[in-house]
Amino acid sequence: MVVNCEEVWREISNYLDGEVDAGLRAAMDEHIHGCKRCSAVLAGTRNVVGLYGDERMVEVPLGFSHRLQRRLNENAHPSRRTFFGWMVAAAAAVLVAGSFEVARSSGIGRALRSAHAQPGKGVPPDMMVLVYPDGKTFHVAGCTYILDKTHLRSVAAHEALREGYVPCTRCMKKYLNQRA
Amino acid sequence: MLESATSLAHPAGQLSEVELIRRVRDGDADLFYELVRPYERRVYSAAFAILRNKADAEDAAQEAILKAFRHIRQFREEARFSTWLIQIAVNEARMRRRKNHPDVMEPIADRPDEAGNYTPRDFADWREIPSETLERKEIREKLAEALASLGEIYREVFVLRDMQHLSIEETAEALKISTASVKTRLLRARLMLRDLLAPGLGGPWISRMSFGKGTKPW
Repeated sequence: MVVNCEEVWREISNYLDGEVDAGLRAAMDEHIHGCKRCSAVLAGTRNVVGLYGDERMVEVPLGFSHRLQRRLNENAHPSRRTFFGWMVAAAAAVLVAGSFEVARSSGIGRALRSAHAQPGKGVPPDMMVLVYPDGKTFHVAGCTYILDKTHLRSVAAHEALREGYVPCTRCMKKYLNQRA
Repeated sequence: MLESATSLAHPAGQLSEVELIRRVRDGDADLFYELVRPYERRVYSAAFAILRNKADAEDAAQEAILKAFRHIRQFREEARFSTWLIQIAVNEARMRRRKNHPDVMEPIADRPDEAGNYTPRDFADWREIPSETLERKEIREKLAEALASLGEIYREVFVLRDMQHLSIEETAEALKISTASVKTRLLRARLMLRDLLAPGLGGPWISRMSFGKGTKPW
């Protein structure tokens, strides 16, 4: 199969999401390898997905969580004076935030993060996948095995592998069964 | 006595989402925040993508979460809680936007070919941008500006899919459009953002930044 630039541009998004079949992927890989313009389109689009997929791009106003908890508390217990509950909730939020910081600062190793998993061989290297700091595996969006939904970031699969993540046995199953 | 022993054995932070939903439905209202906490940022950003105003988005996000609380019994367990919550936020934000700007036409029709053939601009190579770049507020602002300049139908899909990491199917469900439309709009949004950002990120914005001893990290 041979594809031209227009076909590559039309499918570039599906290519990054792992939504193209093996034949089309191979044809696109071959074209992109020899086409400067399409390489630049792929690199730029991948940068867009990676940068916007970072949690730092979702900025919530300062105090958002506190105000939300106070409003929920008022609605859950309309007759209760809310000050005490609010203080408890605020203290809980500080504790939760603190524990995330501790968890996040524990370091990211380059060795395989899971002793039970095997490194992925058939995963398309340019496919964008999701990881979180203390996770061991990488996923596609919507995978039910994603445990930490608050600190997800998008990276290319080859980058996730380099950082020691292994493919999720659920959402990456079709690639793990391939002999690549 | 038995109940309190069970509660001690399973503090709220360790309960599964399904268990949390069951307990909230059974009347344990205090656990509701625990249930929505992992998604509060996503609810806010979904509202912000539509309203593009921090105060309005916060108000819409709070209202959406309160609605979810009041209607928790209507949540179908075969659905995903996060998608249900974001769907409520999208509806709330759209309703407010219609109220505030009744003159703005909202695209209702679901046209799969709306993106047409988009030709990406021919820029020189744009090398990998390290995520540390996002520590710089000015870069985040440039990215936010570019996103805000997209047409609404593209912005909504892009935010849900690429910033909130919903799957194609979940994005389609939340916005009540087809998966084909999600894919088409996502392609267009990603290419447009690339075209908007490549000139700056490929040179001027980044070269003004200092990385250590005047060297770039790549």
